[in-house]
Amino acid sequence: MLASTASRWLHTARLGIGEHYRIIQSNPLSRIGFRLIVVFLVIAAFAPWIAPHDPWEMVYDKDGQFASLRPPSWEFPLGTTHLGYDLFSQLVLAARTTLVIGAVSGIISILIGANIGLIAGYYGGKVDEVLMRLTDILYGMPFLPFIIVLIALFGRKLEFVILAIVLIIWRTSARVIRAQTISIKQRQFILAAKARGASDLRIIYRHILPNVLPLLLLYAAFNIAWSIITEASASFLGFGDGETISWGGMLYELWLSGKTRVAWWWFAAPSICIVLLVTSLVFVSRAYEEVANPRLRKR
Amino acid sequence: MALIELNQLTRHFEIRPGLVDRTVRGKPSRLIKAVESLNIAVGENEILGIAGESGCGKSTTCMMIAGLLPPTRGQIIYRGSDLATADAAVRKEHRRNVQMIFQDPYESLNPRFRVADIVAEGPRALRLWDQKEIGDRVESMLAGVGLNPGKYTERFPHELSGGERQRVGIASALVMQPVMIIADEPLSMLDVSIRAGILDLFRELQDQRGFSSVYVSHDLAILGNVADRLMVMYLGQAMEVGPVEQVIRSPKHPYTRALIGAVAVPDPRVKRPVPKISGDISRPIDPPPGCRFAPRCPYADDSCHDTFLELDTSDPTRHQAACHRLHVLPDEGL
Repeated sequence: MLASTASRWLHTARLGIGEHYRIIQSNPLSRIGFRLIVVFLVIAAFAPWIAPHDPWEMVYDKDGQFASLRPPSWEFPLGTTHLGYDLFSQLVLAARTTLVIGAVSGIISILIGANIGLIAGYYGGKVDEVLMRLTDILYGMPFLPFIIVLIALFGRKLEFVILAIVLIIWRTSARVIRAQTISIKQRQFILAAKARGASDLRIIYRHILPNVLPLLLLYAAFNIAWSIITEASASFLGFGDGETISWGGMLYELWLSGKTRVAWWWFAAPSICIVLLVTSLVFVSRAYEEVANPRLRKR
Repeated sequence: MALIELNQLTRHFEIRPGLVDRTVRGKPSRLIKAVESLNIAVGENEILGIAGESGCGKSTTCMMIAGLLPPTRGQIIYRGSDLATADAAVRKEHRRNVQMIFQDPYESLNPRFRVADIVAEGPRALRLWDQKEIGDRVESMLAGVGLNPGKYTERFPHELSGGERQRVGIASALVMQPVMIIADEPLSMLDVSIRAGILDLFRELQDQRGFSSVYVSHDLAILGNVADRLMVMYLGQAMEVGPVEQVIRSPKHPYTRALIGAVAVPDPRVKRPVPKISGDISRPIDPPPGCRFAPRCPYADDSCHDTFLELDTSDPTRHQAACHRLHVLPDEGL
């Protein structure tokens, strides 16, 4: 029974991938965004092979001089820091951390948000009341004091940065998915499923979920983008994981070094990468927005 | 023993005014009495037609019989046991054995399901058979409703016409091998040209499989065609019940007479008598206690406004009308 259910899911998922590819390709902006994301993914996957140096290795130029605060050149394509670290190597390795944090917290937050939204929207009444008040409480939670307390309690670890991001980000997706669930559960095919004997859980996950999927993917992309921004802000303020390097963390190092006015290249590379990745995600989500909300489609 | 028996079945809906109206202006909440004290029994292999205008409680009755809406008062007795107090096994059997065909074929099929999955949904949800057998039964069911399985199983609802969709709806109900089908105006959303095909299919399947049915329609011609017995409803009350021929040929109740008199004849030269009833159908919001047709009935007197005559279902073959004034009515017409 379980195996057959799994194989059916796989079957649907495979059919789904083609459809998603078509959705993304249908919009020129999302096509660009999708390609950029693929480029970032490739860079992150092969980061240790792409990066010419260790991120915390003091580098020397070919004349044997200590390469401190060098602007971009052939030897150091993105320049170096005041401690002589190669920025290109840092950037490439940081892509990995940033993407992992973005993907993990984006996906966990959409899973939490979608389930809470589906359950609150479908059952309504007291269940809805409790879950939505919980969401409201999180809406009142300011991010920075929250992450400061969390880091103060548990230390600067990647897991706790992700936890803090997830706890803050799921709330919007929960509300939106709930609203969509409420509108779908009133459609007659849900009544028909009930008449055929489908249980509540079956109705939620087999009948309603596929109908909120475009919206869910839209918010998944949003959540990933927000996670990346949030992680960058947290790292910039010094609440990132000290052991790993991320784009936000690179900016934090720049701030600490006090060379912000001098080393424009140090500032430029991670900022541009954050902007590019977040924009790509928003572009891709744009294509899903058109599926979720057909009125946006060009006529 | 009757398959389904409705005993004093009643459903009210409360309309609560907004918070401000309720607390500041003190507006009371009002009751829509959608179905009031309905008594009727449906036997094995019998088709009960329910006729009436929009808003007369036909669909609410269907939903209650199918177990999708709990009654406010009264009982639904399925094979001798009251559904409200029956144990889980009886309710599960009822859930499988009483299936519903919906009115709107464009709304009642999940747009993200393929035809094969729509039809297989019931058996899968209730785990009636193993996957392979479900697959086989779905194919033969699709063939049974006139859809070539090879051509249709992988399609989505939006790739089908209205008639094909309704066939899928019928297949998804019948694949469960129910003993009763509740058909809530299954033809009203279809083009006239394909209604006959679906109707023939319904009767053919009924002959083959021998299920009983509650068939709801506002179209007396269709009901005369499929039903064995006919119940006429007005604003939630049963007005008249009896064998379909008798009700249509010699209606007793003034409302039934008006309804049958209003059936269109496709001949422009035929002059139809203008019914003597006046006014519009109202809504059953906080209705007075008596017969709900009384305000529009030319024969009504005080007794009609005060008390409502309930039908007696002890003899299902009897033709009877819920009217105090049968003795003063003319023999025919209005």
